[in-house]
Amino acid sequence: MTPLLEFRNVTKIYSKGLLSRAMTVALDDVSLRIEDDQPTIMTVAGESGSGKTTLAMLLLGFISPTHGQILYKGKDIAKLQGEERLAFRREVQAVFQDPFAVFNPFYTVDHLLSVPIEKFKLARSKREARDKMDEALSAVGLRPEDVLGRFPHQLSGGQRQRINVARALLLKPRLLVADEPVSMVDASLRATILESLRKMNREYGVSIIYITHDLTTAYHVANSIIVLYRGSVMEAGDIDRVIRDPQHPYTKLLIDSIPWPDVNRKWGQTEIKAREQDHGSVETGCKFASRCPFVMEACRKAPPPLYQVAAQQAAACYLYEKQPVLAREQLSQVLPV
Amino acid sequence: MTSTKPVLRVIDLQVSYYTEAGRALALDRASLELYPGEKLGMVGESGCGKSTMALAMMRMIKPPGRIEGGQVFIDDIDLMTLPEAKMRKARLSLISYIPQGAMNSLNPVLRIEAQMRDAIKEHLPTMRDAEVQARIYEALESVELRREVARMYPHELSGGMKQRVCIAIGILLGPKVIIADEPTSALDVVTQRQVMETLDRIQKQLGAAMILIGHDMGLMAQFVDKVAVMYAGKFTEISPVRDIFTNPLHPYARALIESLPTLNNKGVFKGIPGLAPSLINRPPGCTFHPRCPEAMEICKSVPPALIHRWDGRQVACYLYDHDGRRADEPAAVSAR
Amino acid sequence: MTQITIASPQAQTRSERYQHPSRLTLTLRYLRRNKSLVIGLAIALALALFSIVGSLTIDTEKLAYPLAVKPKQPPSPEYPLGTDFFGRDMLAVMVRGVWQTAVIGLIAGAIGTGVGVVLGFLSAYYGGAVDTLIRGITEVLLPIPAFLILVIIAGSIDRRSVTIYTMALIVSLLAWMGPTRIMRAQVLSLKERLFVNVAKLSGMGNLEIVFKEILPNMLPFILASFVSGVFAGIFSSFGLSVLGLGPLREPLIGNTIWFAQQQAAFFNGWWWWPLWPTLALILIFVSLTLINIGLDELANPRVRRTE
Repeated sequence: MTPLLEFRNVTKIYSKGLLSRAMTVALDDVSLRIEDDQPTIMTVAGESGSGKTTLAMLLLGFISPTHGQILYKGKDIAKLQGEERLAFRREVQAVFQDPFAVFNPFYTVDHLLSVPIEKFKLARSKREARDKMDEALSAVGLRPEDVLGRFPHQLSGGQRQRINVARALLLKPRLLVADEPVSMVDASLRATILESLRKMNREYGVSIIYITHDLTTAYHVANSIIVLYRGSVMEAGDIDRVIRDPQHPYTKLLIDSIPWPDVNRKWGQTEIKAREQDHGSVETGCKFASRCPFVMEACRKAPPPLYQVAAQQAAACYLYEKQPVLAREQLSQVLPV
Repeated sequence: MTSTKPVLRVIDLQVSYYTEAGRALALDRASLELYPGEKLGMVGESGCGKSTMALAMMRMIKPPGRIEGGQVFIDDIDLMTLPEAKMRKARLSLISYIPQGAMNSLNPVLRIEAQMRDAIKEHLPTMRDAEVQARIYEALESVELRREVARMYPHELSGGMKQRVCIAIGILLGPKVIIADEPTSALDVVTQRQVMETLDRIQKQLGAAMILIGHDMGLMAQFVDKVAVMYAGKFTEISPVRDIFTNPLHPYARALIESLPTLNNKGVFKGIPGLAPSLINRPPGCTFHPRCPEAMEICKSVPPALIHRWDGRQVACYLYDHDGRRADEPAAVSAR
Repeated sequence: MTQITIASPQAQTRSERYQHPSRLTLTLRYLRRNKSLVIGLAIALALALFSIVGSLTIDTEKLAYPLAVKPKQPPSPEYPLGTDFFGRDMLAVMVRGVWQTAVIGLIAGAIGTGVGVVLGFLSAYYGGAVDTLIRGITEVLLPIPAFLILVIIAGSIDRRSVTIYTMALIVSLLAWMGPTRIMRAQVLSLKERLFVNVAKLSGMGNLEIVFKEILPNMLPFILASFVSGVFAGIFSSFGLSVLGLGPLREPLIGNTIWFAQQQAAFFNGWWWWPLWPTLALILIFVSLTLINIGLDELANPRVRRTE
């Protein structure tokens, strides 16, 4: 069964300037598969510098990998032309973080919705197009007459982000990349937007890749999770398991640092061994070694492979070297649907 | 609370913005009290007036905004009546404000120590250079930054470090009240925790009162003693943090708490229906009534006053009589 | 303390209670606040009307050229602006002169901006070798003192072949570099904007994105560039003609002043001869500057003042 989207050993390296030899490895040999027949919601979690944004840009075809391939329905996306390329665009969509930046300030907000309808021929007449827009806007809790015809600066951030989600609803893609869709939105609106995403998955069979640094919302939305740190996968698996019972020291640190809105669950059970990462130091070995409270000799020599610690959980840490190794290409096996 | 006298008293503070669409009442006679060493969290949606209140207390409201009334006492000094020169002295030394996105407000062409020196000299022009330098190092150390940072430029520091520099500037002169406006909104979760722990330690060291402004209830749960929930420029409820989470009084606070995702309610999403009100054409009576599941007739005509209950909690809602008692005590929100 | 800007309160969403003012009302209200733009445009309009109405009512073909009327006449009912040494009716001279000056400015502005837009776009959108080439030429030519070159070029052309159109072309030669730089910078920043990526996601092709997404956001810059180009064109041509390097037969403002100076007009008591062109020049200068300031305020919302 050809997967809908596949990352094959994708690596992205940025070099700093023409003459400098310093390089940043934004993504280090990551492989994953999204199947065509099983719509799922996967979280890619990480802080800034983890590579999650790079992953999103690669998925959407805005940048190309330094090594490896990205395949859409078996074909390399860099080589898609004409009809196939248009199909790729129609079926892979995104909701971005910044509700304002997605709008072209020259046009009214209608432009965001009308352009794809026209380009992807989703309506046969203006009437039909308008109906579809109304339907999508109502589905996210907006009244069409309140927002259509207005300019982006005349609306609130919450309204703008809802329109973004409405756009995704309208297009009903096969795969939706949601890059921090609720981080710039008020807490009271987050629930509504996340529910819209889940509805898309449940009722329209849309697979969603939910990219975030906020594990609380990820927990509520997704089925599986991949935790990235500086371009490498640290832990992956079923989201319930990973969040309730993290195995990798980095994941433990992350979970422990989340300010849960729960007076009984306080911060600080895990000690923060080192402060911010000293950027620019090239390391051999595990990328988390300098901040890890469990660091060992082996950690500094070579990066650990993924060890399968449970049927649906894997961690890249020498603490689990007794467990069977999971090849990078098989990452998707531990991710439930 | 060790001391019996509040260090900060805000009485009926009112701020309006005069825009081309009309007059927007951004802060509607807000009042609160803070004791030394106490930490208060101000929460609310964007545009509800939290930053406006902080700026009003600092007398930093710029046109088209205008402070239309109210008093702000620090100990016994009313900041609203001070002449501008004295107010400038008061800022940073009595009450300091760490603004939102503070790390972006550091002057990119000056070294850190130059910026801190400016702040000190502004207030204590006669201090000797050696002493100024000592203060700078002291401040940096208290936020766990190395001395070398003083000689660096802002772009050489990471987000978390810049934010800590801003905190250091905020506490340079040992103010009595510190207002931190979304100090960690642009930071990663681990850095956020580090910065908040720093802030906590500083505040204890100085014995200052702190107001933390934000919309992340999780941060509040971890950090503050009391929470003030603001809606459309008014305080709807002010309660100890534990009480707000287990038994919110005001319907808005309740809705806010119920919309929070926790580990126990996977898959349950409860948003707050409706949209935030316009501050120019405010709904009559209680501004929350159009979205309130328990709105009554009286809510539509007369705004409720903030009542001080016997247990120290404050709420502005007609569900509670003038003693603050409710006809039917609501069941506590499910254990969190 | 740091400068804070407060976000304005949330937009009204109850459409029943709040009527959105019409576009016309908003435009008029804006114009009331942006006095620079209004006054600048008003002056420009007045000059344009003067010129247009003038050319329709007076026979400038004949009267603006030498030996048409009695020379050296002070202003009178018959000759409202007087006449000059060579027998030109000053009113006709001004009507035609303002018109010609405007034409030169407009041509120079149009060519400069047009070339700037095209080169700037090519440079920014394609990058690589194209960018290096265009940027190289632009950067090399930019610091050259344009006026000096213009004087040299104008001075070496055979006097008889200089018409107002050749003047305009000469002046345009060195007018395109600034706009190219500005347009390139704008396109570079615009193409990184998220809405361009969203347009790609929506199925738009590259060329379509350039015209439909990027170009509309450049309009304020194109407009400002154009106004600057007109300004530069008018003043370069004025500079050349006041030195006697222009098409001397034409009643250009600069030429008129040059002749007046040559004939020692003031000393001879013919005060009206240099007066009108000077006034016209001042008005043009003020008008263009005010328009420039006004446009700047329009394009840069942070400079905008509120009521």
